[in-house]
Amino acid sequence: MSCEKAESLLHGYLDGELDAVGATEFERHVQGCPDCTRELDAQRSLRSHLREADLYAPAPPSLRRMIHERVAPLPSGGAASAPRPGRWRWLAAAAVVTLLATVPWLALRETRPGAAEDPLAAAALDAHLRSLQVGHLTDVVSTDAHTVKPWFDGKLSYSPPVVDLAAEGFPLIGGRLDVVDGRTVVALVYGRRKHVLSVFVWPSDGTPEAAPRAGARLGYGWIEWTHAGMRYWVVSDVAPAEREEFSRLLRR
Amino acid sequence: MEPAEAQEGPSLLSDAERQRFEQLVLPHLDSAHNLARWLLRTEADAQDVAQEALLRALRFFPGFHGGDPRAWLLTIVRNASYTWLESHRRGGNTEEFDEERHGEPGASPEAQAIARADRERLRDALERLPTRFREVLILRELEGCSYKEIAEITAVPLGTVMSSLARARRRLQRILIGPAREETPP
Repeated sequence: MSCEKAESLLHGYLDGELDAVGATEFERHVQGCPDCTRELDAQRSLRSHLREADLYAPAPPSLRRMIHERVAPLPSGGAASAPRPGRWRWLAAAAVVTLLATVPWLALRETRPGAAEDPLAAAALDAHLRSLQVGHLTDVVSTDAHTVKPWFDGKLSYSPPVVDLAAEGFPLIGGRLDVVDGRTVVALVYGRRKHVLSVFVWPSDGTPEAAPRAGARLGYGWIEWTHAGMRYWVVSDVAPAEREEFSRLLRR
Repeated sequence: MEPAEAQEGPSLLSDAERQRFEQLVLPHLDSAHNLARWLLRTEADAQDVAQEALLRALRFFPGFHGGDPRAWLLTIVRNASYTWLESHRRGGNTEEFDEERHGEPGASPEAQAIARADRERLRDALERLPTRFREVLILRELEGCSYKEIAEITAVPLGTVMSSLARARRRLQRILIGPAREETPP
């Protein structure tokens, strides 16, 4: 492969968009080419700076509230009949008091309805949070997929796919059994800097193949899909881009 | 393509459709705001445009038949943002970048220079990129979109996404390693 060719493929490689053959050829070239190695390093460094610089601009609460009022007016009709401007001040003051008094309750209510309406999403999130709270991340601690996978043998009637993503920046931490929505499932745990990603896997039992669907709640985001007879739920508080990338790597 | 403006749209949806909208589209509100914020470069404009795009999405929702809801919503956000940019032309920042004229980046010191780039410098450099380059970078690096999704959202052939990203990243590198302040267009 020429440097020119390698240069044209570098970004596809960096973005995980080359097929296996293309990626292998590219890697072979880079191993023997200091110039291309330097360029790849420079691009990786640029990427990690972009992702770590906290540039993501999530919707502010005011926008979220406005949209929710338009899309899902409360049944009481409060949102439909907008109060006159003069009354807003009092309502705002009252809202602050209520807010201060009920922060935890509000945190639960002020979720994105996608998750609130979806009991499975809620269950997967709960399982993830529980594992963080009780310090019960893993039953089998290993960065080696070949250790983690056999650990599940005999404990379940199915064998979960376990992949090694350390090279992509998501080292495997281990696995455990967990319960999601009343069924025993495989939980695989991966790391990303100081963050944890949980992957819950169980047989789809006839659920048709489904493209990834994402949502978020309480600062945690999830992505779920169904593939090859298995359902997958990824839950984590990493940046949305990293969650997407991680899920894409799992589906590869 | 989006249909022409409907009148008071939101009330046209049935409860079931509204609920579907909540489940499929609303979870991507952050993405909608993030893209608008980076295309428009100010928070106030981003809120206005994101809100308008969401309401437009709500009206067009009966026409959404499967597919990726995030890409669908972001397409609407992008269109709304470009419409806004055109009607509030701020001049200068949408010009095509001329690779020939600017040449290739020097090979060695960029990694270290970029390592020094803090958040503000990165933000500043991103905002000085032409809009078309900025959007592919935001979609790829902040939203984690695949090339296929980027092609869908930005309405370009899949084959050109990689080269757009390559040019955008080279341009960003050049701004970061260049003289502390590159001349800004008047």
